[in-house]
Amino acid sequence: MPRELTQNRIQKIWIPSKDDRPSMPRTSRGGPHLANPPTVIVMVGLPARGKTYISRKLTRYLNWIGIPTKVFNVGEYRREAVKHYSSYDFFKSDNEDAVKIRQQCALAALRDVKNYLTEEEGQVAVFDATNTTRERRDMILEFGAENGFKIFFIESVCDDPNVIACNILEVKVSCPDYQDCNKTDAMEDFKKRIECYRMNYQPLDPDQYDKNVSFIKVIDVGRRFLVNRIQDHIQSRIVYYLMNIHVQPRSIYLCRHGESQHNLQGRLGGDSGLSTRGRKYAGALAKFVEEQNLKGLKVWTSQLRRSIQTAEALNVPYEQWKALNEIDAGVCEEMTYEEVRERFPEEFALRDQDKYYYRYPSGESYQDLVQRVEPVIMELERQENVLVICHQAVMRCLLAYFLDKSADEMPYLKCPLHTVLKLTPVAYGCKVESISLNVDAVNTHRDRPEEVKRGPSTLIRRNSVTPLTSPEPNKKPRIEGLDDPIIREVTPAQLTLCSASHTTLALSTQNLKICSIECHEPPQLCL
Amino acid sequence: MMRNTSRFRDGQDREGTVCMTNCPTLIVTVGLPARGKTYISKKLTRYLNWIGVPTKEFNVGQYRRECVKIYKSFEFFRPDNEEGLKIRKQCALAALNDVRQYLSVEGGQVAVFDATNTTRERRATIVRFAEQNGYKVFFVESVCEDPNVIAENIVQVKLGSPDYTDCNTEEAIQDFMKRIKCYENSYQPLDENLDRELSYIKIMNVGQRYLVNRVLDHIQSRIVYYLMNIHITPRSIYLCRHGESDFNVRGCIGGDTGLSPRGKEFAQCLGRFIQDQNIKDLKVWTSQMKRTIQTAEALGVPYEQWKALNEIDAGVCEEMMYEEIQEHYPLEFALRDQDKYRYRYPKGESYEDLVQRLEPVIMELERQENVLVICHQAVMRCLLAYFLDKSAEELPYLKCPLHTVLKLTPVAYGCKVESIYLNVEAVNTHRDKPENVDISRLPEEALLTVPAHY
Repeated sequence: MPRELTQNRIQKIWIPSKDDRPSMPRTSRGGPHLANPPTVIVMVGLPARGKTYISRKLTRYLNWIGIPTKVFNVGEYRREAVKHYSSYDFFKSDNEDAVKIRQQCALAALRDVKNYLTEEEGQVAVFDATNTTRERRDMILEFGAENGFKIFFIESVCDDPNVIACNILEVKVSCPDYQDCNKTDAMEDFKKRIECYRMNYQPLDPDQYDKNVSFIKVIDVGRRFLVNRIQDHIQSRIVYYLMNIHVQPRSIYLCRHGESQHNLQGRLGGDSGLSTRGRKYAGALAKFVEEQNLKGLKVWTSQLRRSIQTAEALNVPYEQWKALNEIDAGVCEEMTYEEVRERFPEEFALRDQDKYYYRYPSGESYQDLVQRVEPVIMELERQENVLVICHQAVMRCLLAYFLDKSADEMPYLKCPLHTVLKLTPVAYGCKVESISLNVDAVNTHRDRPEEVKRGPSTLIRRNSVTPLTSPEPNKKPRIEGLDDPIIREVTPAQLTLCSASHTTLALSTQNLKICSIECHEPPQLCL
Repeated sequence: MMRNTSRFRDGQDREGTVCMTNCPTLIVTVGLPARGKTYISKKLTRYLNWIGVPTKEFNVGQYRRECVKIYKSFEFFRPDNEEGLKIRKQCALAALNDVRQYLSVEGGQVAVFDATNTTRERRATIVRFAEQNGYKVFFVESVCEDPNVIAENIVQVKLGSPDYTDCNTEEAIQDFMKRIKCYENSYQPLDENLDRELSYIKIMNVGQRYLVNRVLDHIQSRIVYYLMNIHITPRSIYLCRHGESDFNVRGCIGGDTGLSPRGKEFAQCLGRFIQDQNIKDLKVWTSQMKRTIQTAEALGVPYEQWKALNEIDAGVCEEMMYEEIQEHYPLEFALRDQDKYRYRYPKGESYEDLVQRLEPVIMELERQENVLVICHQAVMRCLLAYFLDKSAEELPYLKCPLHTVLKLTPVAYGCKVESIYLNVEAVNTHRDKPENVDISRLPEEALLTVPAHY
């Protein structure tokens, strides 16, 4: 006898009911630990080849699409164990003590990987280290086999001296290892460090030694790729992602449409046109875009009138994406919040309980939005300068991706009307500039209510999407057999791009207020 | 494609130069005979057309067959056969001419030039041709040395080719192997160094390994992703709709109702059918609507819910009967009949939107092996159109009756379809295109083709 179905109140998902309590539906996964073996992504490559850049970016992407992922950077473990870095001598292959410490750091990191994947419900662990010898990689393959983890290698190969020098300047010179050095000395030392690894470097060999191993070799920052034996869906997605990202400097501008008629009335959704102030904003946006003087700027809008009207004022070509349409509020479309509260009091309360998972009846949730918007993200990665004119919920989703925000934070990110967010990738993260174009508008932001009873934890499904912030990297190395290192305050690297002060830029006739220049970039890491 | 056309597709950027973003693309296959070039060409063409990129393949072998009416033997392909060489070169040029016609005159977006293209010289000619005409070139090379794979290919697609209608199997295989030999000596595979400026993907051993060089743009990136997800392991895909629902019975569209008694019976029959088929490792997928999930529940096996498989959103017409739509939205009703593929319900979706929504499902179906997809009428039409290479015009009128399972099995260059009716009665929900689609038509004319309901 087929089981009765009930609809989960928040996500509006039909599940078989047992004793009136929603239970996990049986999915094609069998046991959670069986059919979906966790994956360990293993980075391979000489220092300054972008391994940590790739690790962090990939982790951010996987978490955003709902796959719990974490980076384990062996260099961090080393910095915990060896409090003070003296020079590249540490990395010489004949430095026995150092070799021992480095080995132990790698093992400690692997122990944490195992813990994350088996105890903490992680799905993917990124093991970020040079892993340049066959011996080391064989050890990792064994570790994977013992624990039932799939192993996927990502090797970055690059011999362009300009790229290497640039990397060193961007992320190595200001790293904790080189706090007390000047730039030139740091650069010199780091180059010698690279040489220490180069002598024993055994690249992945697709023809013989590594022909049965799953990997992607990224050559010359994405000019060429060698892909071997992709095993499953997640590896295929990873390869696709890696093949679409690039490191060309560029900026992404995110903003909402100008204030709309519905905004003025406090109504959700719908397809109304711009208000007078909205039209004024569109004009201001046009001037702003012109002044930014961007090379080859692409402009994208949704298919809703208000965003297209905004783009029209720019007088440049633009492209419409249905995927950028605002979240579908279903039966609540075009209502004011008061009307929703009146007519659907229960729904109103449920939404506040779990705004990320909550799906409007016959509508969408933020979770649905993320899935819908993923192709936009993929294309944003391919592009260079882009201006995206979208909507509040959509913009929150996009922003959460770029700034590594969790599902919990996403629905409450502040995306006010008439404000442009300029995102510029820098080092391992993203610089954000918030530029208010100085045209008044209503405030459409609803804060998280104070007194909110959190309901039972919502179900997570395979094809569903639950962005998680990339977890904090592990700090404690838990290395056995070494004397307890002296505990020393490790000060984060200089975040040279951060400045909390207001800066007014002199920009033609407009009185632009640069509200904040925030730096969303965790402390710099190096190997 | 992913985006709907924007207003300024071939617009000018601010400096006044023409955007190169919509440059047509010429895909060029490379490889010895029986390496899957035509298989890849056809499949890729089918996929690109389905996602909305006008694509056409140009198989030089066909041109040759037109030119040399009767194929005698492999001798035609000997590298010292001057007459043969001349004809083959002319055929290639004729094909390229048609490519130019398609891309520059007929508005095609992608042309797939399917031939061996095994020499650097031939490829250089093609690159020059592309440069002259402003096309981007992307090479797809298939390299395979596994004798089993090659033998299987020959059996599957060469034996039945027009070239070998008058031969027996033995003779045909012999001849074809000699044909391959003719190409082997002059074969210059794409080279990491010599060809480093070209954009290409090299597929090795049927997808075990790939080498990807200089992907230039979005379409090339999508092509690479697609090629890396397809496989040739034998399997079957089963498509069916949910069992008859309460709304089906009343003639209402959309909504989220449960199964009718007959629908529940179907679900049971489906369960038995699946068991009898004895399918290895069958995956079962449903939408997130009650009626498909109820159907899957009856199977007693694990299943996975996809929101992307939900029925087309009829917007303001949700839960209405066709009669009600005619009453309340006669204009919309007529417009829909005029262009059922592109027509979007107010606040709803179009078939065109559906295709975009379903693309990740198709991609995952390509990766998987045996799958049963329990979905809905419009959705099933879209999926079926992909597998059976149906056009946008045909798609919205494909017949997908309730209580009928379609079993699709890839074979040679296409797909075998078996239609299995599970013998449980249900209403017919198929509405043919009426004669009169004019907005001035009478209600009776509009409702002429509405299927019977209770």
